[in-house]
Order: sequence, then C-alpha cells, then structure tokens
Amino acid sequence: MTIRLGGIIFGLVLCGILVLWSMVPGIFNYATPEKPDYYAFQEENIQPAGGFAFDGPLGKWDYAQLQRGYQVYKEVCSACHSMKYVAFRNLEQLGYTEAEVRAEAATWSVPGIDPTTGEETTRPGEPTDQFPSPYPNEVAARIANNNALPPDLSLITKARKDGVNYVYSLMLGYNEPDPEDVAKSPDFETPSGLYFNEYFYNINIAMPPQLYPDLITYADGTEATPEQMAADIAAFLTWTAEPSLVQRKQTGWFVIGFLAFATFLAFMSYKQIWAGKKGKKKKA
Amino acid sequence: MSFAWAKQYEPKTAFTQWMDEKLPLPRMIYNAVGAGYPVPRNLNYMWNFGVLAGFFLMVQIVTGVILAMHYASNTEVAFAQVEHIMRNVNWGWALRYAHANGASFFFIVIYLHIFRGLYYSSYKAPREMIWLLGVVIFLLMMATAFMGYVLPWGQMSFWGAKVITGLFGAIPLVGEPLQVWLVGGYAPNDSTLNRFFSLHFLLPFVIAGVVILHIWALHIPGSSNPTGVEVKKESDTVPFHPYYTAKDGWFLGLVLIVFSLFVFFAPNVLGHPDNYIEANPLSTPANIVPEWYFLPFYAILRAFTGDLTIPFTGIVLIEAKLLGVIAMFGSILVWFILPWLDKSPVRSGSYRPLFQKFFWVLVVTMLVLTYCGGAPAAEPYVLISQIATFYYFLHFLVILPIISQIEVPKPLPFSITEAVLGSDDKHGGSSGGGENPGKVVKPLPEDPDGSLQPAE
Repeated sequence: MTIRLGGIIFGLVLCGILVLWSMVPGIFNYATPEKPDYYAFQEENIQPAGGFAFDGPLGKWDYAQLQRGYQVYKEVCSACHSMKYVAFRNLEQLGYTEAEVRAEAATWSVPGIDPTTGEETTRPGEPTDQFPSPYPNEVAARIANNNALPPDLSLITKARKDGVNYVYSLMLGYNEPDPEDVAKSPDFETPSGLYFNEYFYNINIAMPPQLYPDLITYADGTEATPEQMAADIAAFLTWTAEPSLVQRKQTGWFVIGFLAFATFLAFMSYKQIWAGKKGKKKKA
Repeated sequence: MSFAWAKQYEPKTAFTQWMDEKLPLPRMIYNAVGAGYPVPRNLNYMWNFGVLAGFFLMVQIVTGVILAMHYASNTEVAFAQVEHIMRNVNWGWALRYAHANGASFFFIVIYLHIFRGLYYSSYKAPREMIWLLGVVIFLLMMATAFMGYVLPWGQMSFWGAKVITGLFGAIPLVGEPLQVWLVGGYAPNDSTLNRFFSLHFLLPFVIAGVVILHIWALHIPGSSNPTGVEVKKESDTVPFHPYYTAKDGWFLGLVLIVFSLFVFFAPNVLGHPDNYIEANPLSTPANIVPEWYFLPFYAILRAFTGDLTIPFTGIVLIEAKLLGVIAMFGSILVWFILPWLDKSPVRSGSYRPLFQKFFWVLVVTMLVLTYCGGAPAAEPYVLISQIATFYYFLHFLVILPIISQIEVPKPLPFSITEAVLGSDDKHGGSSGGGENPGKVVKPLPEDPDGSLQPAE
C-alpha cells in the first residue's frame, strides 16, 4: 500500500513537472497570437458545371473529352511540361487504334542514337516510347522558365489536394486580386515575371496564363472556350495519373457484390450455428 | 493447457492417424482454432478483432511479397518503379492499393483490439504475458509501417524518414553518430532505402513469430470475456469451431466490404498527395505529417516545445526535442507496466462505473491527439496536444491506480452461463452441460489465495 501510494505520488509529480514546464511557452504563445498578414489563396477549388464523367462510383471515361484533353496537352502543355510515366502505347486506351497510335507517336521526336555514328540524336517516336521531356535536363528547364521548374504532369492530379478540380481551377484562376483583400494586405504585390493566380498556394505562379478562347482548333469541332479546354485537360491528366481509374471502380462493384453475397451466406450460417446457444434476454 | 472438457482430436482416416503420429499438425490446429479450444460463450463483437488482425497481417505479407517482385530499392528508380507497378504490372494497382490500405486497416483493427483490451482489462492476471507480447507486436508494426511508407520514395517518404530518424539525434552524447550510423549518412539516401526495404521485408515475419507466441500465451488461461468472470464449467464455453469460426467468418466478410470500399473507390484518401511527388531533398513540404495511425504519438512528440531547465539559471537539463522523444516512446512503453498499475480485481469495465467514465475520456483524448498530430504545429493545436498529452500520462500513471483503490464495482454475475441465460446452478457441477449434459465436469482448480478471482 505504501509502495503503491509512493508510486502514485511519484508518477503525479514527474509528469506534472515535465508537462507543465513544457506547456509554459505554449501558453505564452497562445496568449499572444500573431495575426496572419498575407493574402491567402483560395483553398476551395471550382468545378466545371456538371462535374466530370469519371466522378462517382459509377464514373466512366468520356473518350471524346480525353482525346480533346490529349490535344490540349500536345499543343499547349507539352511545350514546357513532361509526362514521363505515360507511353504512346497507352493512348490506345483513349480509343485510338493501333495504327493511329503508331502514326501519332511518329509525330513526336524522342531522343535516340544515330545507328551510323553512335551520336545522340532524335528520331520519330514508337508506340513503346515514353512521352519525351521538352528539356534535356532540369537546368535547361529552369533557364528557359525564369528559374521555375515546370512539374511533370503524369501524376499531377494525384499529387495535389483535390487534384482534378485544382488543375481546372488553376487554369482559370488568373483573375484580378480581390481589392478588399489587397487593402488588408499592405505588402501585396505580384513580382515581375510571376502571375497572380488565386488557386496557387503562394498566389504568384511562374506559369503565364495559357488558355485563351479559340487557342486551339479541336479535331471534333468542339468550341475551344477556356472552360472547355480547362475541363478537357483536367480530365486527360486524371487519366494519365491513374489509367486504371474506371477499371478500378468497375472491379470494386464486382468484388463488393461477391463479398455481400458471401457475407450474407456466412451470416445465415452463423445464425443457424448459434441458434441453440443464444440465451434469452435477461429480465430488465 | 486447456479445460478438462475440451474436445479431443481423433484422427479418423489412416492418413490422419499416420500424420498424427509423425507430426501432429492437424491436432495442433484443432486445439488452437478448432473444436478443441473452448471459448467463453458470451464474447461480443469486440473479440473479433484479433482474428481480423491476423487476417490483415496475412494480406500484407501476401501483397507485399508480390509487390517486392516488381519493386527496386534504389533512390534513382524507386519512385518510377512504383509507377511501373501501378501502370504496367497486371493488377499491380490493385495489389499496391490493397497493401497501402491494408496497412491502415491493420492499424484500425489493432487499435480496436488494444482498446478492447483496455476496456475489459484483458491485461490483468493471468493474461499479462498476452498483453506484453501484444505491445511488442504493436511496436514492431509501427517500425514496419514507418519503413514501408519510405519505400515509394515520394516527398512524404523522404521527409518523414528524415524527421523520424532525426529523433535519434536527440539522444545525449551518442545521438548524432547513432543517427548517422542508422541512416547510413546525414540524410536519408540510397543506403537508407536499401536497409529499410530489407527490414520492411524481414519484420512482418518477426511479427508473425510473436503472433504465434501471443496465441500460445492466450491458450494457457483461455480467452477473456465481457463479464471478466473466469470460465467455471463447460456450460460457460463453446468450442471455437464452429461457433467462433462462423462468427469471425461473417464479420470478416463485413470488414472486407468496408476495406474494398477504400481500395476500389477511395484508395488515396488515407494517404497524402505529396507522396505522388518524387522525393526531393532540396524542397521541404509545407506540413510534414506521418500516416494517420502515427498521429497521436506524433502529437505527443510535438507537445514538448520548451527545454527542461533549472529555474532562473538557464541551465538546460533536457532539451525539448529529447523530452518529446522520451514522451513519445514512453506513451507506448507505459503499456508494459499497465498490468501492475491497474490493481482492481474486477476485469470488465462494464462493472466498473468510475473506470468506465475515465476510459471514454482516454478514448476522446486519443482522438484529440490524432487530430492535433495532423494539424500544423501552431496554436491552438500545440496547447491542446500539451493538455491531452498531460491527461494521457495522468490516466495511466495516476488515475488508474487511484480508481482501483476507491471504486465500488457493480455486482458481478455468478458465472458466464448466468450472464447469458439469466440463471445458473450455483454449485458448479454438471448442470447446463452444453452438448454433453451427462459428462462429469470438474470445476477449475482455484488459485489458493483467490487473487486471480474477480471480487464478487
């Protein structure tokens, strides 16, 4: 009894001293909070009207949209952004035939070796090649982009919070700053060479605005509004980040259907096996 | 090793008789999880999570061994190799998502298993060894999960590894050399990734070994039960098979449905987007957070913001970082002495009104710590985690010992049979004799000083 009481007192004293002592600076900080003095970015992304075809548990790819998105990537994004985890052969999943993929790959030039001299050169792409990077290395990419590095786009929608809507919002986020917020933030200023974008985490992004009306002519005749192009590229980059997305959801329905049936059978046999062992409820 | 009325294995065919003489493996399984293991008949669904934890250990080992066939532990290619699994390996995405979410589900079921043990005091005599081995398993799981999260070599992999291995640097004198030796350099690098892969492959089999000891230790006193009253006679128990195989079986199906919802419909919600960015030692993420299952302990680590000094002299006794490390490890190590902190003779929290209230306060404290661990290291989260950390240690070191002194427990049922059926023959013996009413059943030998028996 004495030992136990001693232990209780020792434990109380020990954790009391340790924790209270380390709490002092915390309490002090809490009593004197610093007010954030900056222009905050928009954390809530916007979505295209009607959402995306692949949204939700029953989502499916909109192949026409993915093909349009690929056109946006090829004609706009690929000037600066690589997509190194995607191969030309993967484009067959967008509804192109094998011959179309072969022809499409050949329109890209990829690094190669000259078979006669052994020197580094470029050659037309094959379906087995990965998408080539626009720059030979990171240094070249930074020099060409005011010391900013354009990120690889293969995984971009998975590598950002709420990534699909983030890409859509970022493409359309080159708005004028809110005057009220600017008035609250005395130091507000967009440095030269950067562009105001309220969906970018530090609100000044190195990438200039890209999507202007009728920037590209869609192969399927869809009108190329900025909203249309932003939604198409967001959809395409969702596919590049996870080509198995729709297959995953469809497999999920099959697996859960099977499990639900098996669990139902298992539950019924559980009820039957236990039928004689369940006691009557105790009198209240 | 088991109750006197446990069914005996009887090999029926010539082959099983031959096998039983040479290597009685079927007999062992029969006695471990078959009809030869009598289990209290009143277990509720909280007793399902041990079997589920074993199941998820197997899921992790099977998916992990296959993933390892396609992975390469080299910092140059590891990230791309994981993408190779996701894109080019047949059903590679399903394997990887099952493995990543399997880790989360392993921790979900293990936390429910641990808190079952805390509520029903499953750690009390005669089951201390089961509890101690369980804490060992939990520590091994944490090490394994931490090293596994480093393998994809994303941003959170790298920076998580940097933060956690940096904790060893807080140890006085030997800290920095020890850290460099463990990491194989001054920051996580190729050596780190290789040794983490090697250990991540090894440790699950060590866990499996300790799990066997855990089950072995369980079979000596037998399973605990929600009343905390020990088994007295045959009518208190049912054979594990078919009764609990059926109950665990259908519940496993239910848990697998929830697991599938995550794997197939939300495979990345428990992860972090930053880990789809390849590791970059030159770019620190804004908020480095570990996986959700480490968050309560991470909050305890970060709760210590000030050095322990001698007042008015400015002499630092223990630096804040070391205090945090001690507290974080201490928060789990305190479980090792739990069987000797809680001296109440009553096991089940259901019959301990005061303990019950404080148990739920502890659960809320853990949830608060989980939330604070994921929040930025700013006010008010630091203050909240300091208060919660204080309460966490207070609960185990002070409140539990005091409660067991002052609490007046509710009356316990005479036996498990009475708890289930509402009545029982008070004199032990053979009444209510389950499936063999004619069989003569002796009550278990009592321990001489009665210290193992609940107060009645």
